[in-house]
Amino acid sequence: MARTTGTAKGVRAETLGKINSLGAAVAKSALAESDPFVDVPMRTITNTSYNEARRLLQMGDATLRRNLFNTAQARKFMQTVLLSKGCKDLLEAGKTLSLRGMYYKSLHTIAGTNEKTFEDQEESDGILEDIEVALATLRENLHLFAKKRGTMVGNITIVDAGDTIDCRKMGTGGYAIPSICEPSVIQFGKCEAKFVLHVEKDTVWSRFNEDRFWEKHNCILTEGSGQPPRGVRRLLYRLNKELGLPVICLLDCDPWGHYIYSVIKQGSINLAFESERMAIPEAKYLGIRAADFERCGLSNDVKISLNDRDIERANQIAEYPWFAKKKPWQKEIQQMLRNGFKMEVESLITKDISYVTESYVPERLKSKEWLD
Amino acid sequence: MEAAHEVAMTKPAPRRRGATAEELSAQQREISVSEFFAKNRHLLGFDNPRKALLTAVKEAVDNALDACEEAGILPDIRVELLQRSETRFKVTVRDNGPGIVRKQIENVFGRLLYGSKFHRLKMSRGQQGIGISAAGMYGLMTTGQPVLIISKTHKKKPAVEILLKMDTSKNRADVVSETEHPEDDGIFADGHGTQVSIEMEGKYQQGRQSVDEYLDQTAIANPHARFTYITPSNETVEFKRGTNELPPEAKEILPHPKGIELGTLIQMMERTERSQVGGFLQEEFSRISPSVSREICEKSGITPRTWVKQVGHAQAEAIYKAIQEVKIMAPATDCLVPIGTKALLSGLLKEVKAEFFTACTRPADVYRGNPFLIEVGLAFGGELPKDELIRVIRFANRVPLLYQQSACSSFKAVLETTWKNYGISQSRGSLPEGPIVVMVHMASVWVPFTSESKEAIADYDEIRKEMKLALQEVGRKLGIYMRRRQRMRNEGERRSIFERYIGEISQATEAITGTSAKRIYDSLLKVAKKKTEEADAVLDEEGRRVKDADPLQSDESVIILPARAAEAPDDAAAQPTRKSSGNAGLFGDEAAPSKARRKRKS
Repeated sequence: MARTTGTAKGVRAETLGKINSLGAAVAKSALAESDPFVDVPMRTITNTSYNEARRLLQMGDATLRRNLFNTAQARKFMQTVLLSKGCKDLLEAGKTLSLRGMYYKSLHTIAGTNEKTFEDQEESDGILEDIEVALATLRENLHLFAKKRGTMVGNITIVDAGDTIDCRKMGTGGYAIPSICEPSVIQFGKCEAKFVLHVEKDTVWSRFNEDRFWEKHNCILTEGSGQPPRGVRRLLYRLNKELGLPVICLLDCDPWGHYIYSVIKQGSINLAFESERMAIPEAKYLGIRAADFERCGLSNDVKISLNDRDIERANQIAEYPWFAKKKPWQKEIQQMLRNGFKMEVESLITKDISYVTESYVPERLKSKEWLD
Repeated sequence: MEAAHEVAMTKPAPRRRGATAEELSAQQREISVSEFFAKNRHLLGFDNPRKALLTAVKEAVDNALDACEEAGILPDIRVELLQRSETRFKVTVRDNGPGIVRKQIENVFGRLLYGSKFHRLKMSRGQQGIGISAAGMYGLMTTGQPVLIISKTHKKKPAVEILLKMDTSKNRADVVSETEHPEDDGIFADGHGTQVSIEMEGKYQQGRQSVDEYLDQTAIANPHARFTYITPSNETVEFKRGTNELPPEAKEILPHPKGIELGTLIQMMERTERSQVGGFLQEEFSRISPSVSREICEKSGITPRTWVKQVGHAQAEAIYKAIQEVKIMAPATDCLVPIGTKALLSGLLKEVKAEFFTACTRPADVYRGNPFLIEVGLAFGGELPKDELIRVIRFANRVPLLYQQSACSSFKAVLETTWKNYGISQSRGSLPEGPIVVMVHMASVWVPFTSESKEAIADYDEIRKEMKLALQEVGRKLGIYMRRRQRMRNEGERRSIFERYIGEISQATEAITGTSAKRIYDSLLKVAKKKTEEADAVLDEEGRRVKDADPLQSDESVIILPARAAEAPDDAAAQPTRKSSGNAGLFGDEAAPSKARRKRKS
């Protein structure tokens, strides 16, 4: 099934059609007295492949059949049908809901029992992702959005739902990147920026914003509160693809920082079906590097020992096909493992409050010293 | 009498100067049986006040049941314990039996070792004829009160009321008073019966080894009898009949030659009216044909025509040895009256609140020339306690045995049965654990008790082997039921999981497609039933579905009460749970929901 594109109205009709055919299949097999099912594409590493030519992750064809008449699947099947119905209601009403809102909309006690349809939001979120892949659609098309996360500031003007926003005048807080960053919602206006600097989290972002880094270096400054949500990734993708801005990342020197970079660059395993509209194969990794401890002359206080899980995760990442053939990355990971410790971006503050904005990043940008 | 001699010797004269034989002989005198038992009352079950109360009730009820059955009357027995003081009771047992003719009353209630049961080989409750008179004697000794007997033999005849006082030195009883009741005194509803009241020292305590337990168990083994029990706190407990069929009357048989001892043989030869050895053997024993008789005589060096009177000790011994060597047919077993599978079940059913019942009656076998047969009943589940050791209740000729459990052959047989094979847990060397009552009954013309108070069955190999075979048979059926129950629970659990979600699915599907929720619901419900049945179907060796996979269904020795099974507290594993992954393998697999859910940041 092709991914949905086109006008908002057309998209809505198409998504409704998909939900209807899911329901019709259930009704048909029920009336035929057989076992109703929904085929859900598998979102696991085994069903994910790395497309070397396009340099992004792609979801395979493997699906998992979810049957009603299977004690282990019955509840999930019920939830799948229930949430499909919830999405249909949303589409028909022409409204949107947060994931949490949808959880509440579908939450009730099952008649004749004291069992609730969902135990917590997590249970509902997982099923919504299943529906998204099963219907080969996108969350946005189901009129759902996630909690807002991520901030932007810089030399760009955007239009968000008709409101013009000058990202040069966002004060200390910055522009909160919405969950849905589709062209139908956000359009780009005037842009002088030459690149995007994406940092891992809010604290580092604030340092850069206070020092007016984006102004001095003519760029856009974003953060994604750790693993960036889909909205941030979609926005970065569009800045890269539509405006041709290179994306440069400043992340922690640990397996989690490495994986954030991996997700921005190739897409995530969980949402491999969205890679095409989110992955930025040209994204660069500026730091923190394992060698920085010595090169920058940091004190022992900034070291955070690698625990067993970190080591295990680092080795996993080293083996991912998109890292496996990159010698500089293998060296980087090996050096981190040899160091035996990780470092956060904030560790650079121990040298000087503005060391990261005035020396570290400018120097590396100038020498183009980054990992690809 | 040996015992009497022994007792006499326990009071020797002072021997400082040495008594002469003459002096000693002056002190040696015969003591009566009654006197002997008065001093050795523990042998008869009167060792302590609590047990004494139980023994008195037990002896009176056993007699009442025997009397009713012999007269072909469905027993209706009333037991009353009237508490006079903390330690004093009046025990009254009334039956609807044939009554006792006037002139026999003193003998039946006043003499030890008097009765119709000792001299014959016939299956009956009492064996020695000691019981009821010993109870009367115990009462007299502890309270000084005589035994009160009321007997009515016919509707048209007046009841006789007699106060009887035992004379222990003479082994007979003196009548203290005798009155005639008017014909319509209304004591015996059926117009005949016997009532005996004994004033005695006793102690009433509920629980194990109590009068209550004895009556409970008697009601189980005698479902044809009705009991009314008036407790010391003046409550009336009814034990209803489970069947209106009287057990057939037991036949009396001659002793089997292999079962007797040399002394008995000599005694029989002294008493016989037969003049020749051949006739004696053929007429006084069972299973001795003329040819067997001839063979025995030849082996012992005499002829069948030898006069019995001329047989000396040596020859008697030769005959005894010959009997052991010669092949003799096993005794007839039609003298045994089993309770029967059906009656056993009805007894258990009415007195035990269980969900599963099964019973088994073994074919008769022989120990030491005595025919016997073993019956076992088993009740499982329902309201029986789950986490305790199983309860073994033992019976000999329908009489419950409440004491000396661990000395009893039946107890050993239960221990030696491998209950684990039937899905019941059992620690090494101990009783199995679970909500189970096992009942073991031995029916025999002569039950080998370990003591006179008839508390435990002696451990003969033949007896224990039969008990084990019977236990295995009921165990196997229990095992089948246990598996079936688990299957039923699994099925119920699955169906309830499906049915729980079908409603939600139908409504949501209707909202999406417009197809009627009710139609969808009805169809899905049908599938749910079909699916659970399929999953639980038992396949035969070639993988075909077995139509009637439940061998218990058509088994008449099994009763299942599904309602009680449903009420029984659930096993932890069988409790239907929402997050069930235990049965996933039956249909295919998907990781348990909790594990599959991914941590996401969104």
